[in-house]
Amino acid sequence: MNNFDVAIIDYGLGNLFSIKHACEHVGLSIQITNDTNDILNAKSVILPGVGAFGDAMKALNRLDLVAPIKDVAAKGTPLLGICLGQQLLFSESEEFGHYKGLDLIPGTVQYLAVQQHENRTLKVPQVGWNSINIPPDKGPNAWDGTLLQGMPPATDMYFVHSCYTVPQNTDAVLCVTRYGDTVFCSGSTHGNITAFQFHPERSGKDGLRIYTNFSQQIRSAEAS
Amino acid sequence: MKFRIIPRLDIKGPNLVKGIHFEGLRVLGKPEDFALYYYENGADELFFQDTVASLYDRNSLHEIVRKTSSQIFIPLCVGGGLRSVKDIREVLRAGADKIAINTEAIKQPELIREASIAFGSSTIVVSIEAIKRDNGKWEALIEYGRETTGVDALEWAKKAEKLGAGELIITSIDQEGTGKGYDLELTKAIASSVSIPVIAGGGCGGPDDAVKVLKEGQADAISMAATLHYKTIEILMEKSKSYEYSLEGNIEFLKTGRQFAQVNPCTIQDIQKTMQKQGLPCRLKAIHE
Repeated sequence: MNNFDVAIIDYGLGNLFSIKHACEHVGLSIQITNDTNDILNAKSVILPGVGAFGDAMKALNRLDLVAPIKDVAAKGTPLLGICLGQQLLFSESEEFGHYKGLDLIPGTVQYLAVQQHENRTLKVPQVGWNSINIPPDKGPNAWDGTLLQGMPPATDMYFVHSCYTVPQNTDAVLCVTRYGDTVFCSGSTHGNITAFQFHPERSGKDGLRIYTNFSQQIRSAEAS
Repeated sequence: MKFRIIPRLDIKGPNLVKGIHFEGLRVLGKPEDFALYYYENGADELFFQDTVASLYDRNSLHEIVRKTSSQIFIPLCVGGGLRSVKDIREVLRAGADKIAINTEAIKQPELIREASIAFGSSTIVVSIEAIKRDNGKWEALIEYGRETTGVDALEWAKKAEKLGAGELIITSIDQEGTGKGYDLELTKAIASSVSIPVIAGGGCGGPDDAVKVLKEGQADAISMAATLHYKTIEILMEKSKSYEYSLEGNIEFLKTGRQFAQVNPCTIQDIQKTMQKQGLPCRLKAIHE
């Protein structure tokens, strides 16, 4: 096991520094890395990302990172995907063509549509704060034991995205968000994997709460 | 979706400054203090603009970005003097989440495409500083309002979107620093011509102006400086009687305690309350405090 808590995967895309600051703020030590051994032996892994899906998969393939990410997912290491990092965990995306993803959460990635809503144009990308809620088919305790534990419904988080994920199995949907007439999956969970479309590290004190919960998840994974 | 309130901090050397029409810059204090105060008090995002980066070196800005970025957990956009993908990479490495480009984007529009491919469209904000001309159109200016270009601001906005900009921040130089309200026509003309978010800037004198530009100007977000900064100075001075400010630059105004008469100093919460009354959703204070 490595002597740091979180391996933040560096494949050339995304603001790794804001994730680093958020981790350190809640007492997690980090290593920004694209080294296979760092990732395989990590106590936890964060897959960040900003940019286009196809380019990101090319970068992961070029750096030989696909197999190590699948390996850590398989052996139960806490794995957190953020923004594009979330989308990459899905099976495939239609952004700028058709691309295969890491396929760790069965489902697809689709475009958000520009729409008219209450006499104004809702722009794409969606940039800004929007609230996350418990999926309507789940009970009020759905967030217990997840990274959203203790979060009141309708908490605002910071989003920047043009696409959203559609998990094949609705059990994987952790939270949902409304943009105009579209209600989309803004967070998903599948075993030891959690993924968010929004940026918890840029969502103020509520976002930092997710990092605190992640830290607890790492500690209990270590203990077990 | 909530309408974003984005405090704008104009920076010269180590100082937060404010002028009128980008001229006669006054020193208000340390940008780090203001940034932290805005983060703690409901800002949705922060925008740092280096006022003289194209004239001097940028080390002091990087230092401010580095320090601020580790203390605030909301997005930070940084603009001023970015001339290449390398410059952009450096400021992102210092801790910025997004960057804003104006001068170099107009001189070399391909930079927008290159940068949006390298860092993702959502990282690249094109800043347009516009001045109204006698023919009823707006011209885009560069070099912090010091140089004309002959470029039509509306046409440029559409082109910037096509080249890959993720957002536009539109500043009216006519209104900037006056507190007389945003240029509603300019904002509306651009916001209704592009499908990416438009941040309105320049002229906010208080909460009512914010509401107007969101409703009539169709802005997706608002930025403001003087109206917040003057209130913040009062609060910071009240908190610490020995409020420190750097001795560089024009600080006469801080010593005398005078302020711009046109601006109605207010807090972010004042703006939020007015927006809510007018049915404009905004982010409420964080729950985990």
